[in-house]
Amino acid sequence: MYILIYAESQNGKVAKSAKELASYAKAYADKTGQEVFAVGAGLEDAGELFKYGVNKVLTVENETLKQFNAFAHAQMVADAAKKNDANLVLISSSNDAVYMGPVLADLLDAGYVSQVISLPEESDTFIVKRKVFSNKGIAYTEVLTDNKLLRIAKNSFEVIEKPVEGTLEKFEPEVDLSVYDEYKVVKVDKATGKISLSDADIVVSAGRGLKGPENWGMIEELADVLGAATACSKPVADLGWRPHQEHVGQTGKQIAPNLYIAVGISGAIQHLAGVNGSKNMVVINNDPEAPFFKAADYGVVGDAFEVVPKLIEKIKAFKKQ
Amino acid sequence: MKILFLMSSVPDTTSKINFTDNDTKFDESGIQFVINPHDEFGLTKAVQIKEKNGAEITVLNVGTAKTEPVIRKVLAIGADKAVRIDAEPLDSYFTAVQIADYIKKHNDFDLIIAGKESLDYNGAMVHGLVAGMTGLKFVNAVMGLELKDDKTVEVAREIDGGKEYIETTLPLIIGGQKGLVKEEELRIPNMRGIMMARKKPLEVLPPVDAPVRTKIDKYEKPAPKGAIKLVDKDNLDELIDLLHNEAKVI
Ligand SMILES: Cc1cc2nc3c(=O)[nH]c(=O)nc-3n(C[C@H](O)[C@H](O)[C@H](O)COP(=O)(O)OP(=O)(O)OC[C@H]3O[C@@H](n4cnc5c(N)ncnc54)[C@H](O)[C@@H]3O)c2cc1C
Ligand SMILES: Nc1ncnc2c1ncn2[C@@H]1O[C@H](COP(=O)(O)O)[C@@H](O)[C@H]1O
Repeated sequence: MYILIYAESQNGKVAKSAKELASYAKAYADKTGQEVFAVGAGLEDAGELFKYGVNKVLTVENETLKQFNAFAHAQMVADAAKKNDANLVLISSSNDAVYMGPVLADLLDAGYVSQVISLPEESDTFIVKRKVFSNKGIAYTEVLTDNKLLRIAKNSFEVIEKPVEGTLEKFEPEVDLSVYDEYKVVKVDKATGKISLSDADIVVSAGRGLKGPENWGMIEELADVLGAATACSKPVADLGWRPHQEHVGQTGKQIAPNLYIAVGISGAIQHLAGVNGSKNMVVINNDPEAPFFKAADYGVVGDAFEVVPKLIEKIKAFKKQ
Repeated sequence: MKILFLMSSVPDTTSKINFTDNDTKFDESGIQFVINPHDEFGLTKAVQIKEKNGAEITVLNVGTAKTEPVIRKVLAIGADKAVRIDAEPLDSYFTAVQIADYIKKHNDFDLIIAGKESLDYNGAMVHGLVAGMTGLKFVNAVMGLELKDDKTVEVAREIDGGKEYIETTLPLIIGGQKGLVKEEELRIPNMRGIMMARKKPLEVLPPVDAPVRTKIDKYEKPAPKGAIKLVDKDNLDELIDLLHNEAKVI
């Protein structure tokens, strides 16, 4: 029996999410004496996965499959699982994987659990913890089927190096490529060069406290010096001050970076629902009663227009050390 | 055109979440249920299509009689008729089997609109499972939909860091979200709608037999946060020190 991970690529390279999945799979495989396989299309540096404990990478070189299509990739992963006797399959929580997940679950006849935040419990039954109620609860979920599909929550597992001697194997999955004709990609709009909000380790976010779009320069600069992505609260996106892709919260993106810095955001429950998976949260707000102070780890009570520029200078100085 | 709207009824977003029965059940006392916020965008889109091109909208919910007030709200906003499959939606697989069965029996929907994820169990799977079970086309995280002609649609799908525009054909299942319609276009029930909703048909069907594939054994609340550390605004070096040495994030 093997554990199979769906390894996604980013610009042809193994994505960070794939390393997280590998680390999760390896930690579990070490407990159960299993091996970890990975399957991915167009991974130029597939061998990179050996570092994180993957014993074998099934590399798919088919040009068509290099582009994501939920149905084609679901077939590819299902075929890899069947041919390699894998009954536990792991996927990430990227937009693509979330899209593919249920289609794959259907092909595998697998019990499917999303937003998983723990390794399976040590018990006779297969139980994992997952986030529910937008991070306001945790559900111990038992999977009753032989085949199991887990979607691992973002940033819940650290990437851990556990190198093994792995092998690369060319894999030609049985996929009906006609699905690419059924879903023609006509255009892609992607912000290039910027760190994507979903993958960012650090996110600098601002709210209505900033008064207007003209004041976002300092937020972008703070993000720049930290190598962070930028985000915003819902009203800010609704007012058109920032692109709505930046809107985080219950009805926007759900993110879970290592560090979330909230500037001039009150900390409404719907906002927190999208960000309280973050490992560390810093709030900067001039109202000491702002609810965000109850949720954050670190706080500065002060005027953003005074604190943020100072903080930028301090961080610049710190980075120079 | 026939539209099927899949509605998930979820606790109001400001609800405090508690568990009862030795933490094995979600405590519904005092909870106000609402249309899943992601679903609302799709509902408004359906109503807009109806107004522009003509359509019949059926709302389908798998749930117990408790969900009827929320179903009535959907009727008040503009759905023409409702179907409730009378069962506790035990897990996503069970729920999807019910919906897929209904779709197969009717087999005449052009567009099936769901939300990308329900805000209670955050599964993001019911509609995708239905796609697998029915063989219907499916696009998730849809933030724009344009009907090109009787058959062709262009949808914008959210991808990490942007949008992908896909041309596909009806019949189609979408997982909708913000962007599908503008925030200010979202419909809320008005008095006339509420009056009319009372007269619209709401059919209650028995569930079909289906196993569950997952089961929740117990719940817990996330560990409470430690107290916040406040840093004086004139001493930001301390913040940098904490972030570097304690949190180890910079
Ligand atoms: C169904 C539903 C879903 C929702 N989903 C979301 C969601 O996904 N995401 C989301 O963000 N919201 C969401 N909301 C809205 C949410 O309830 C809040 O209204 C919103 O988050 C408030 O945004 P804000 O903090 O930017 O603005 P405000 O609430 O106006 O807060 C501004 C803050 O800035 C502070 N401030 C003012 N001036 C300064 C200064 N000079 N320096 C420092 N601080 C300053 C103020 O003290 C205040 O705390 C949702 C609401 C509903 C009903
Ligand atoms: N009980 C239900 N009845 C009807 N539709 C549902 C139900 N549960 C979920 N859905 C639909 O499926 C989408 C995804 O739900 P979920 O998989 O629970 O995150 C929701 O946004 C709804 O459109």
